[in-house]
Amino acid sequence: MRAYIPAYDLRVPGNLSEALAILGREPGVWQPFAGGTDLMVLLEAGKLSHRKFLSLTKLADFRGVEVTSGAVILGALTTYMEIQRHPGLQSEFPLLCTAARETGSIATQNRGTIGGNIVNASPAADSPPALLVYDAEVELVSERGVRWLPYHGFHTGYKKMQIAADELLRAIRLPRRAEPWKQYYRKVGTRKAQAISKVCFAGAAQMEDGIVRGIRIALGSVAPIVLRAVRAEASIRGKKITPELIAATKDILGHEIAPIDDIRSTARYRLRVAQNLLAEFLMQLAR
Amino acid sequence: MEEKYIGHSVERKEGREKVTGRARYVDDLAFPDMVHGVTVRSSVARGRILGIRYGDGIPWNEFTIVTAKDIPGANEIALILHDQPCLASEFINHPEEPVVLLAHPDKYLLEEARRAVRIDVEAMPAVFTIEDSLAKGTIVWGEDNVLKAYHVDKGDVDSAWAAADVIVEGEYRTGAQEQLYIENQGMIAVANPTDGVTVWGSLQCPYYVHKALMPLFGLPAEKIRVIQAETGGGFGGKEEYPSMIAAHAALLAWKSGKRVKIVYDRAEDMVATTKRHPSRTRHRTGVTRDGKLVAMDIDLAIDGGAYATLSAVVLSRATIHSAGPYVCPNVRIRSQAVATNAPPHGAFRGFGAPQSVFAIERHLDQVARAVNLTPEELRRRNFLRKDQTTATGQIIHEDVNFSGLLDRAFKESDYHAKRARFEKENPGATVKRGIGFSSFMHGAGFTGSGEVYLASVVEVEATAEGCVRVLAASTEIGQGANTIFSQIAADALGISYDRIDVAQPDTGAVPNSGPTVASRTSMVVGNLVEKAALNLKNTLVESGLLCDACTEDEFVRACKRYIETRGTLRARAKYEPPPGLHWDDTTYSGDAYGTYAWAVYVAEVAVDTVTYEARVSDFVAVQEIGKVIHPVLAAGQIEGGVAQAIGMSLYENVVWREGRMANGQMTNYIMPTAADIPPIRVFFEEQPYPFGPHGAKGIGELPMDGPAPAILNAIENATGISLREIPATPEVLMEAMAEKAGALV
Ligand SMILES: Cc1cc2nc3c(=O)[nH]c(=O)nc-3n(C[C@H](O)[C@H](O)[C@H](O)COP(=O)(O)OP(=O)(O)OC[C@H]3O[C@@H](n4cnc5c(N)ncnc54)[C@H](O)[C@@H]3O)c2cc1C
Repeated sequence: MRAYIPAYDLRVPGNLSEALAILGREPGVWQPFAGGTDLMVLLEAGKLSHRKFLSLTKLADFRGVEVTSGAVILGALTTYMEIQRHPGLQSEFPLLCTAARETGSIATQNRGTIGGNIVNASPAADSPPALLVYDAEVELVSERGVRWLPYHGFHTGYKKMQIAADELLRAIRLPRRAEPWKQYYRKVGTRKAQAISKVCFAGAAQMEDGIVRGIRIALGSVAPIVLRAVRAEASIRGKKITPELIAATKDILGHEIAPIDDIRSTARYRLRVAQNLLAEFLMQLAR
Repeated sequence: MEEKYIGHSVERKEGREKVTGRARYVDDLAFPDMVHGVTVRSSVARGRILGIRYGDGIPWNEFTIVTAKDIPGANEIALILHDQPCLASEFINHPEEPVVLLAHPDKYLLEEARRAVRIDVEAMPAVFTIEDSLAKGTIVWGEDNVLKAYHVDKGDVDSAWAAADVIVEGEYRTGAQEQLYIENQGMIAVANPTDGVTVWGSLQCPYYVHKALMPLFGLPAEKIRVIQAETGGGFGGKEEYPSMIAAHAALLAWKSGKRVKIVYDRAEDMVATTKRHPSRTRHRTGVTRDGKLVAMDIDLAIDGGAYATLSAVVLSRATIHSAGPYVCPNVRIRSQAVATNAPPHGAFRGFGAPQSVFAIERHLDQVARAVNLTPEELRRRNFLRKDQTTATGQIIHEDVNFSGLLDRAFKESDYHAKRARFEKENPGATVKRGIGFSSFMHGAGFTGSGEVYLASVVEVEATAEGCVRVLAASTEIGQGANTIFSQIAADALGISYDRIDVAQPDTGAVPNSGPTVASRTSMVVGNLVEKAALNLKNTLVESGLLCDACTEDEFVRACKRYIETRGTLRARAKYEPPPGLHWDDTTYSGDAYGTYAWAVYVAEVAVDTVTYEARVSDFVAVQEIGKVIHPVLAAGQIEGGVAQAIGMSLYENVVWREGRMANGQMTNYIMPTAADIPPIRVFFEEQPYPFGPHGAKGIGELPMDGPAPAILNAIENATGISLREIPATPEVLMEAMAEKAGALV
């Protein structure tokens, strides 16, 4: 443990207004603490940026999965285990369930939350590609009010996002789709568990007579943020999948993403694998 | 002798303590006046220390601060050479070099203090690769960067090339690997001029620590005491490094007058302690058209890091294993361990052999292709047999049957059928499957005259109640040494297993049975346990208290009577080399090891061409190990070793930045998980070795040697790509596949 424990403070507000009041009074001073699976790693390494933490555990309306006719709403504190075990999610949002199953280990899945995964804003996070493909929206609350934003566009740069210092992420909304979509998710992390993605790919498409009507593609670990590959999508939309189209789209994707060399992998590997996953996804659509 | 326990999977001696959490590891030990210690390290790879600054905001007067100036004796970690300082005083030779030690009761404040110490260093040019070290552009150690070199010459390689129809060359590389024992390293020390120095810690070799502490404090042997605490794995990582932590804890204790505990966290353990030596091996092999080896020229280099530590011995084993279990009349081996400005590399299961077995076993598949033979046919034509000689000229007296091992391994793995099936199914498949194998040997015990120099001793002592205690410095580190010693002693005395216990290694109480390394504990020390036990029984027989074929009750009564009338009942045994062993250190020839374990391993892989990930999907390990003393422990050793070697082959990549490990966390250093390990099917053959207990040979390191080449041979079978380096990470495989695809265009 490399942190100086006496220097840290943790408060556990009993309800939302108390929590928001603390944040409103000293914005930027208090960092929200959900499952702690990202924050505790930083604590152990002595690398936490904040000294004061606000536990969200008692905020009841941050929990639970609500299913309405138009959407499924996940409380920000929903854990990976809850996601996997939810029957409705598995049938309509399987990519999110797969992402949850492939996140960390069972211990991480029991504690880690979907809200934490979003606000931690790692470009290598495994749930965001699924959320992007599902056109998720996020709900932010503060003393100033409540607002809903599309998740696409929420992350604006490496670890930068559209959340103010006095705001909390309360819920994530996944619109339900009437028509069936073909779906694909693959996390590439070299080992089968406890892996940080080198590339993570989520895709969904609506096919009609061999033509791609709707398409969503999102990738992790290939840019400073988890990325919706809108240009690759545009090149496919309205077309029939052919080898030429696959080759051309791989090229477009290659220009759309910006992978880097780091201690986990190389830019060249990430680029190629991202392209290969795209091809695998498109070939599955063609089948 | 009846084998009532030998050969049976009896309950592990310390098993209950461990699974119930009662076993106490060093970090579980606490003393009332104990304080904590930490190490402040250099930040650059090489340079001269200009000064040390203690930053503001820390109550420095509450701290014990130790630098090189506080060392009472010699500033060195004594091992083979004395080149490694305990604390750097003027020069820095690697980026994790310890410079300042701090102690304080509050371990959290200690971390703040560690961060507040600034060591000003004037950087000097540094060397980070084997190539740069060999180029000698910058000399970072001694006169030529060479920590040690060996020459082995058998026959006449230079004139043998003429007899070769084909000459095949190849270069092979292996990377560093972290031991990743579950328990990080740690020590507690108490030290003062009157009582001397006592340390408790997680370690493999109590007498190595003992040897290191004597010159450091300028104290005689009896003033130094080293006690092993329960130890959570070692794999070689706790062979030499514990001397360093023990020295640091003891220096802080000496100065503070308090007990001091130093326990590394995983991050410090990974970056600062030893790793497997990276290697580069070049083979040039002459072979006749019908596949007979006529000349082998081997040039081998390992990266020793900044100080000599055990590199000479690692290099020795690498050298001797580099020509494999094959007979070739002309062999030349040139090997060197070279210095770089990385933390010293050290002991790790296999100890040089995995590096050179990787090279020869990958290379032979290339040689086979060059002469149009299958990999197995080439090997069958060259396997070492009884009465033939190894590269060092050792005549093999055992009836080694490699072809038989190969047959069994192929049968268990369904090798030929799978090879045919994969060849048919691979075209068009995105996941390509392949199967490959390696055949290899591992010499058990210390190399050459090593065991004679060690002159190990084991004692046994009986109580009046007829219980017998084994006294040895050999440590239980999770491998089952205590269980095996007890099985051996119980059968030697003809009494029940429960009557035997093994003393906790403590240099104040046990004789020096040598280090717990080199696959020697069961074979060499186990043999001494048996002899000592027989000597004890003999004492009772000779004193007329016992007849030779006694019952347990008679033994118990005899012990009681003996102790009542004559006092202590103790016996000992000292190592004697098997007759006829001869080793010449100057020519590096002769009987390198008393015996070898022989093995054939078969790996099956699945290579995903979308992600370039290779996974081992099945594994068969067939080995001849003399005698299986404890089937569950023996299979566990093989399974664990194979798993660790799979890590070395495909996953575990140390990322180096200027001599420093940049991925020193388990998140980014990809050790395989249980989900990544295939079924490992273990088969033993037994051909008793006359000088091991009940015929047993050493097995601890063997399973580390064979998997890497078998896996890469399987990858070549699956993809046609011949990789020459490990770890074969997906990034490496991708580049090789891209290159191959490019070459086809
Ligand atoms: C061993 C291990 C393995 C892991 N494996 C994976 C993996 O495979 N894939 C993966 O994607 N991640 C992985 N992680 C990372 C981590 O588990 C996830 O990111 C998790 O979802 C974080 O959620 P949490 O609730 O624990 O977040 P916390 O650690 O509590 O918080 C993370 C960040 O989010 C902020 N935050 C949390 N909740 C809110 C909120 N409601 N409103 C505003 N801000 C908030 C916090 O202030 C903090 O900045 C792993 C972590 C560990 C320790």
